[in-house]
Amino acid sequence: MSQRDAMQQEVDQFAKDVGASDPVTVVGGRTHWQVGGLPEPEAREVRAPEGVWAHEPEEMTVRCGAGTTLGQLSEELARHGQMVPFDMDANATVGGVLAVGRSGFRRLRYGHVRDLVLQIRHIDHKGRIVSSGGPTVKNVSGYDLCRLLVGSLGKFGCIAEVTLRCLPIPETTQWFTGSLDPFELHKKLYRPSSILWNGLQVWVCLEGVASDVAAQAATFDFEEAPGPPPFPTVGRLSVEPRDLQRHVTSSKLACLAEVGVGIIHTNEVTHSRSIPEVNLSLMRELEERLDPNGRLNPGRQVLNR
Amino acid sequence: MVHKSADQNLLGELRSFLGDRARDGEFELGLYSKDGSVLEGNPMIVCLPVNTEEVQQIVTVCRKHHRPFLARGSGTGLAGGAVPVGDPVVIATAKMNKILEVDLQNRIAWVEPGVLNLDLSRELSPLGFHFAPDPSSQQVCSIGGNVANNSGGPHCLAYGVTSAHVLAIEVVLPDGRIAVLGDLTAEPPGYDLRGIFVGSEGTMGVATKVAVRLTPNPPEIRTLLLDFADVRDGAATVSAIIAAGLIPAALEMMDQRAIEMVEAFVNAGYPTDADAVLLVEIDGLAGGVEHGIEVVRAVAARHHVGSVRVAADDAERDLLWKGRKNAFGAVARIKPDYYLHDTVVPRGKLVEVLEKVYRIADAHDLIAVNVFHAGDGNLHPILAYDSKEKGVLERVHAAGRAIVTASIEAGGVLSGEHGIGLEKRDYMGMLFSAHDMATQDLVREAFDPDGLANPLKVLPSGSRCSDSFGQHVPDGAWV
Repeated sequence: MSQRDAMQQEVDQFAKDVGASDPVTVVGGRTHWQVGGLPEPEAREVRAPEGVWAHEPEEMTVRCGAGTTLGQLSEELARHGQMVPFDMDANATVGGVLAVGRSGFRRLRYGHVRDLVLQIRHIDHKGRIVSSGGPTVKNVSGYDLCRLLVGSLGKFGCIAEVTLRCLPIPETTQWFTGSLDPFELHKKLYRPSSILWNGLQVWVCLEGVASDVAAQAATFDFEEAPGPPPFPTVGRLSVEPRDLQRHVTSSKLACLAEVGVGIIHTNEVTHSRSIPEVNLSLMRELEERLDPNGRLNPGRQVLNR
Repeated sequence: MVHKSADQNLLGELRSFLGDRARDGEFELGLYSKDGSVLEGNPMIVCLPVNTEEVQQIVTVCRKHHRPFLARGSGTGLAGGAVPVGDPVVIATAKMNKILEVDLQNRIAWVEPGVLNLDLSRELSPLGFHFAPDPSSQQVCSIGGNVANNSGGPHCLAYGVTSAHVLAIEVVLPDGRIAVLGDLTAEPPGYDLRGIFVGSEGTMGVATKVAVRLTPNPPEIRTLLLDFADVRDGAATVSAIIAAGLIPAALEMMDQRAIEMVEAFVNAGYPTDADAVLLVEIDGLAGGVEHGIEVVRAVAARHHVGSVRVAADDAERDLLWKGRKNAFGAVARIKPDYYLHDTVVPRGKLVEVLEKVYRIADAHDLIAVNVFHAGDGNLHPILAYDSKEKGVLERVHAAGRAIVTASIEAGGVLSGEHGIGLEKRDYMGMLFSAHDMATQDLVREAFDPDGLANPLKVLPSGSRCSDSFGQHVPDGAWV
């Protein structure tokens, strides 16, 4: 059997597993299991296929089963000096990262995870395979359902297979720390990969060729750091970048903010923001059309959490 | 072209708040019956609103009269997305052309949809920023059109297409409600409505304000021109540059005919004896740029490059780009008309598909010229022809279909950046199953259950439940 046939068989099997009637919930690496609330206990657990099926370094694309862990993926891509900058727990799965839709701490440079997705095959509420997007790095072929699937917590379908855009691993990746004004840094540094700030101290990740990293670092009073500090894990806030300073300085518990991005990792419990009424009605229309019986990941809520 | 006479009640209602900005004169209807494609449609009335409230009123009046409507920017689209089908009211955004706010702290700008792409980047330039998507039509295409088509351009290789540069969109929905999709934060709550709206070609509503991301101008930019005696070496160089771990800011290719044509047009000093040239741009910090140039030189040397010319200054760089960006206009030196195609293939298949393109053009007695975004595998074969030749359009369409088929057989897709519109609507089945398309249509229906917003576009008839405006496709439509 060819590799393509073998992959297809795994996707077909996953479609059968998801089935067409009873409630199901997709299990990934359980690294973000609580996001959106726990699935209802009667929901049957299913797992997406795993395996890196096709890495094409010259195309800078990789196709894999959604159940592939980030650890497996990174290892495979690193053989050819490439990466997908998800920056999450190595046990998290590709499908899980996309379903949760949170970007990693190098978002300042690499953008949202959704912009790395080229093609998704998912299983819909009737157990049918649906393909959207395209396998090439550039593609406008109809409505881009991939965008809706990212961050949908599996409410629109169960992600089975994903094609991602890869990037070259930079020659140098170096973290620095110091007590500097993070907003000045953001203005003056050219495309830093990350600027983290806890209200007192700043951590900066610079990437590129060694001479550029050294030259940028030399402009500021930086010390080398082994990596980012630990991230507070209780809450996560998403604010406009210009409001970040106010949020951080008024925070009562420990927090770590992504400067220029507007995400704050905090030890305070956070609540999701309310969705404007018109948007909410459109989102409900989508839920009703794409899973009329609410059998996909019941219990989890993207709306009204 | 005979236009259906305007529904006088509808026109009267539109004029009650738009005055003479609701028009049904023959001249205006003729002007708005086409876009950049070869297709032609029938607008019933053309409206020129100046703000969101007027757009909302137009949509509401259209709904009341069960009249479809179609938003339109500059009309540079090449897939017929802005060709009015089903006698719609055309909502032209030309008078909504203000940059409303530049917010450097959030690194965004709120703009109206009629703002021209290049005007925005020019306005931002003194502040040290630009809007990254840069379609070849950027001097005239609008931001609203860029959103509708999820437009690309040469620099999307490194910076991504429009979707990655739009944070929020104020939209008049097909039912007349106003919504802001997305917001200025990194993780807006709920599903990504913004993401599905970008690239929906006006079928999910009318964008009235757009928050675009500002990209910092790179400190260093170097542009290189490489020439090759064999187009295959040029194409192999493209793949090898990427495989070497370098993502240039742009990586463009021109074939021999394009070089000759462009050189006669702009006198940029392109080597007219070469079989192919690559235009490579590298940007960023000084060290990375120098390293990039070294990588390009080394890779090209292994693939028998003729010469490597590095633009000495901005003037030379602009001249090299002028050739690339005006290539389509230069086609007029060969034939008065051209049909520009847009498909994407894996980079590794560029040579194979290019050779097929030449064979297909020969077989249909047409001239093919290739100037394209090689770094993305995004082919733009130009078929040059003279519309006065009898039966030539049939040959152009047949050749076009063969090119799309060859691209898809090579593992590619229907369109890289021009969209589906009318042109490729009936080709969607080459890439998607009936069920894939039915699922896409469920999403469209959630936004527009009555099918009033730009009907009969993107999805082939048959995959939709709500095509209530007949199946008439205009003359010359490529279906």
